[in-house]
Amino acid sequence: MDVIRRGVVATLVFAAVTGCSVFGGADEDGDPGERTVVLVTHDSFTMKPEVLDEFRNSSGIRIEVRKTGDAGALTNQLVLTKGSPLGDVAFGVDNTFASRALKEGVFVEYRSPDADKGSRRYAVDGTDRLTAIDVGDVCLNADPAAFAGKGIEEPTRFEDLTDPKYKDALVVQDPATSSPGLAFLLGTIAHFGEQGWQGYWSGLKANGVKVVSGWEEAYTQDFSGSSGKGPRPVVVSYASSPAAELGPDGRPRTRALLFTCFRQVEYAGVLAGAANPEDAKKVVDFLLSQQFQSNVPEQMFVYPVREDVPLPAAWQGVVLQPSNPETLPAADIDANRERWINQWRALVLG
Amino acid sequence: MDQPVARARARLTPAGAGLAVAAALPLGFLAVFFLWPVVAILGLGLSSGSVLPVLTSSETWRLVAFTLGQAAASTVLALLAGLPVAFLLARIRLPGLALVRAAVLVPFVLPTVVVGLAFRVLLPAGGPVSIVLANAFFNVAVVARTVAGLWTHLDRRAEDAARALGASRARTFATVTLPALTPAVSSAAAIVFLFCATSFGVVLVLGGARYRTLETEIYLRTVQLLDLPGAAALSLLQLAAVLATLAVGAAARRRRETALALRGRAESARRPAGAEWAVVALALGVVGLLLVPVAVLALRSVSTSDGWSLAGYQALAGTGFPGTLEISGLDAAANSVRAATDATVLAMTLGVTAAVVLVALRRGRVRRASVELMDSALMLPLGVSAVTVGFGYLITLDKLPGDLRTSPALIPLAQALVVTPLVVRIVLPVLRSIDERLRAAAATLGAGPARVWREVDLPLAGRALLTAAAFGYVVALGEFGATSFLARPDTATLPVAIGRLISRPGELNNQMAYAACTLLMAVTVAVVLLVEWLRLPAVGEF
Repeated sequence: MDVIRRGVVATLVFAAVTGCSVFGGADEDGDPGERTVVLVTHDSFTMKPEVLDEFRNSSGIRIEVRKTGDAGALTNQLVLTKGSPLGDVAFGVDNTFASRALKEGVFVEYRSPDADKGSRRYAVDGTDRLTAIDVGDVCLNADPAAFAGKGIEEPTRFEDLTDPKYKDALVVQDPATSSPGLAFLLGTIAHFGEQGWQGYWSGLKANGVKVVSGWEEAYTQDFSGSSGKGPRPVVVSYASSPAAELGPDGRPRTRALLFTCFRQVEYAGVLAGAANPEDAKKVVDFLLSQQFQSNVPEQMFVYPVREDVPLPAAWQGVVLQPSNPETLPAADIDANRERWINQWRALVLG
Repeated sequence: MDQPVARARARLTPAGAGLAVAAALPLGFLAVFFLWPVVAILGLGLSSGSVLPVLTSSETWRLVAFTLGQAAASTVLALLAGLPVAFLLARIRLPGLALVRAAVLVPFVLPTVVVGLAFRVLLPAGGPVSIVLANAFFNVAVVARTVAGLWTHLDRRAEDAARALGASRARTFATVTLPALTPAVSSAAAIVFLFCATSFGVVLVLGGARYRTLETEIYLRTVQLLDLPGAAALSLLQLAAVLATLAVGAAARRRRETALALRGRAESARRPAGAEWAVVALALGVVGLLLVPVAVLALRSVSTSDGWSLAGYQALAGTGFPGTLEISGLDAAANSVRAATDATVLAMTLGVTAAVVLVALRRGRVRRASVELMDSALMLPLGVSAVTVGFGYLITLDKLPGDLRTSPALIPLAQALVVTPLVVRIVLPVLRSIDERLRAAAATLGAGPARVWREVDLPLAGRALLTAAAFGYVVALGEFGATSFLARPDTATLPVAIGRLISRPGELNNQMAYAACTLLMAVTVAVVLLVEWLRLPAVGEF
């Protein structure tokens, strides 16, 4: 009988697996005496380990990254924990949630020396509690091949999508569950105004707009320009998405419609009650540094706020920046978000 | 049936004190990592606004109706599909059944978003039918393996006697087998109902923004709108529904839970004969259907717009497309296995302790109501929104030493909250069904309490324990919510990596996501087969 053999293997497997597990393993990163700053951020944060290591070597500060959901989840968790913050510095609160964070006193004032190199163009208010780090645009993306096949030109503006020519062409996300979905709704509110946006969405509904919960279903399954090869040639996504859809000739297979964009700005700030506020300020400086900013496009698919940082070669001619994206004041978004979402739901899903 | 050997009326004996200490372990865990955070977040919600607008809205009651309706339909479907599979696993001796036993667990490990996407490929229309099918897809394994755990050890001779006396197979099943299985069936049904009532990703992806449940609405109000009073109102409704479910389940068990003459598997499994082949075919058909969405995922991992390709797998060996993963897919797989081991060890410790305490309390003269209260309390975490618990952690756990709120050490603790009730529900029906006379006989022959456990309870509960461990492992391997909040970039698990890959544009990212799913399924099957293989012949083979 192989009882003993099995017992031995079981013990060995168990030891091997648990030996270096969360309970058993030592925290390899924490050199004694090293200063650590806890950076609370959203799920989309990524940066090359080399860039973080370089900062660690030059400043003596180790950045511990803690991700907590999307921008909305991040902001609300920061609000809920303002008396006992989750870290020292936060990155990823965007212009749709900035007002709530400021109103609740989540951040303290800090003006980085590099803030004048482009960041302050996107300041929420005059208090310097939030420092703009990157800028992105949520735009409709189109599949040119699908339109060429039907012999009609691509839509270019919001208004085109209510044209019967583009019946059943558009798929969007529910603004209640998707942040690009919310950004697109805000874009239509900015474009058509408080009086006009509901009329526009009635037109979209009459023209067969499809609503799904998340970006994943919309982009990877319903959109015809992605690998999912869905039935709909227009989708809500990002201005940078075409950079990921390159054909064999190195040209993107999809196109962002630059007159349908809503601007998202992501901010960083030192958290009130941070255990290590001085080093947290240095991390804000690092997020604005040449080194970090030049890696922002290819790591996080957004534009750097610094004016003196060039876009990567791979983005030249592929990712186009809208010259005049739609925007709304952060305070308006915060005051009306819930009402707008409820009105949208009643109108479009009702 | 009453116990032939009753303990002396309660006075604090050493054994009683030991029992109290043992009971304190799972109950203490529950109090700190569940009750305290949930009460705190509900309290914050209730004190910062009125729950009345939500409770009096007709929209809310439509949500309640849809939530319970889809959960009930999913539970019925999972029971209908799961029982033939349970029969196959428990009663049939055929080659390759270990593989079937592993295969039914595969759905459990898959991220709900990915399964939702696979169902959208198969049934593009979406809607309630898709939601029910997808929920059942996840939960067939719960029914099949929970029921098989008891069925395996059910003495076959009662059925044989009924057959010999002229009862048809159907009548034998309805009057002899099914009543004996009721504790396991009602256990499984309760778990499945709770899982389906709180199912989130499936409803979101397949409901297409139109169909919403209490769970998705609690998420919206808590995470996106920070409307804590509204979320608290919905959470209270959810809690009320869960308590009602648990009460119904407990009542069903109370009527039926009796000592059974449990036997070893070797005696109860046979080659199928006659009409049994039809049930076997039905069971294999169910397993085949379960594998359809799985096959969709595997196919997508190798298909590109330019034909077949293994690029997704090659990319997964590294960190893939720039900016998507910070560790390789293989490292993520290793992280998954490690984290799941922690959670399983913890949940098995808590769950088996709790089950043993519940059985011992029942054997002793403790009031039935308090035993059932503890039993139901242990199930509560399955029925309460993960968002409610997670946000509760944010405002409570910083008061504990070491601020666990953002610590990776919280991952196994949070996962154990889900796995422990599963362990209890799988192990308890079997432990409770062990004939007290068998234990009494062993004691009379001079065996101490520990030896009685080792020689009577453990062998009979062996398969249930393994099932529980395998389940716990698979649930923890596939866990996404808590892990995605708490894992560091370098400790990301496969489900976290999949979530990240699927939310990025680009064909390669998409292929990598599906390749990662295939890897996750392969790891699952390997782990479950290993658990099966490690089964010591002495355990489970009475």
